[in-house]
Amino acid sequence: MPKVKLIRIREEILSENKNLADSIRADLSRRRTTLLNIMSSPGSGKTSLILRTIDLLSNSVSMAVIEADLDSTVDADKIAETGTEAIQIETGGFCHVNAAMLEKAAAKLDLDALDLVILENVGNLVCPAQADTGAHLNVVILSVPEGDDKPLKYPVIFKGVDAVVLNKIDYLQIAPFDRESFWEHVRALNPKAAHFEVSCTKGTGLESWVQWLKGRLQ
Amino acid sequence: MHELSVTESILNTVLESAATHSVSRILKIHLEVGELNGLEAEWIQYYFDVLSKDTMAAGAQIEVHRKPSEFTCHDCGEVFPLDLKSVSKVTCPTCDGKNCSLTGGSEFYIRDMEAV
Repeated sequence: MPKVKLIRIREEILSENKNLADSIRADLSRRRTTLLNIMSSPGSGKTSLILRTIDLLSNSVSMAVIEADLDSTVDADKIAETGTEAIQIETGGFCHVNAAMLEKAAAKLDLDALDLVILENVGNLVCPAQADTGAHLNVVILSVPEGDDKPLKYPVIFKGVDAVVLNKIDYLQIAPFDRESFWEHVRALNPKAAHFEVSCTKGTGLESWVQWLKGRLQ
Repeated sequence: MHELSVTESILNTVLESAATHSVSRILKIHLEVGELNGLEAEWIQYYFDVLSKDTMAAGAQIEVHRKPSEFTCHDCGEVFPLDLKSVSKVTCPTCDGKNCSLTGGSEFYIRDMEAV
């Protein structure tokens, strides 16, 4: 019987995806294009936040949107109506966008002419958290009706982002949502993330969000 | 979760590693997975058996070593495990402080493998 060897590996699972993501990030940085990955559950306001961001920034920032909504072009059509270029990724039921999908979609854009590319990830708080897309900035949106306990239930996504946006704050009056404990949980998981409270429907709180974003463009 | 793409990644990594260590059969693969990653070990093994069929990793057993979620209290320095599924507050069990942050539980790597 041959001797069993123990071979040390210590390599991240999904390292191939991570390596491709790193190279996408570096390529975009060379072109001075920032990639923003927006994640949330379905219905938390990804498209609404993107539309508000376009509205507030499109005069000064050239941007495009990559849409990864499941087998639907509804969101891409809404974006295209604003005059901003929107590329649709048909994920075919895939639960998140990975670096290879992003690379393929980004190849359709004139990246040198863009300051900002916004990726609207698949609506899901689990899978998008684990696949690096090559984004420079990762943001998660939670909406008030989803409940203040979500950071502790989906810690991985909250741990890895640069900013947390609490949307639908106009519901704070009617929903049993403990705002203080929500932010406390977010801080426990991720002390460095920036915090924003907005209502995309009413248009509140968005100025500080776009200022933060603008300050992080390359 | 996306166990299929995760399994593909594991298979590629172990095959690459095997090629550089002149072995001909992979017997066992040890993963270290933080409990926050919620990976289903049963599905990993299932997909692995299918994907590795015609490779030197065919029949290899995957062992998942779970790492608990751990928080560190920045007031008193206590490191404590916490089951996030069952709590609604993150407070230090020693000093009751709230100034705690997550320091373990999101591990996601291939530790080593046994091969002949």
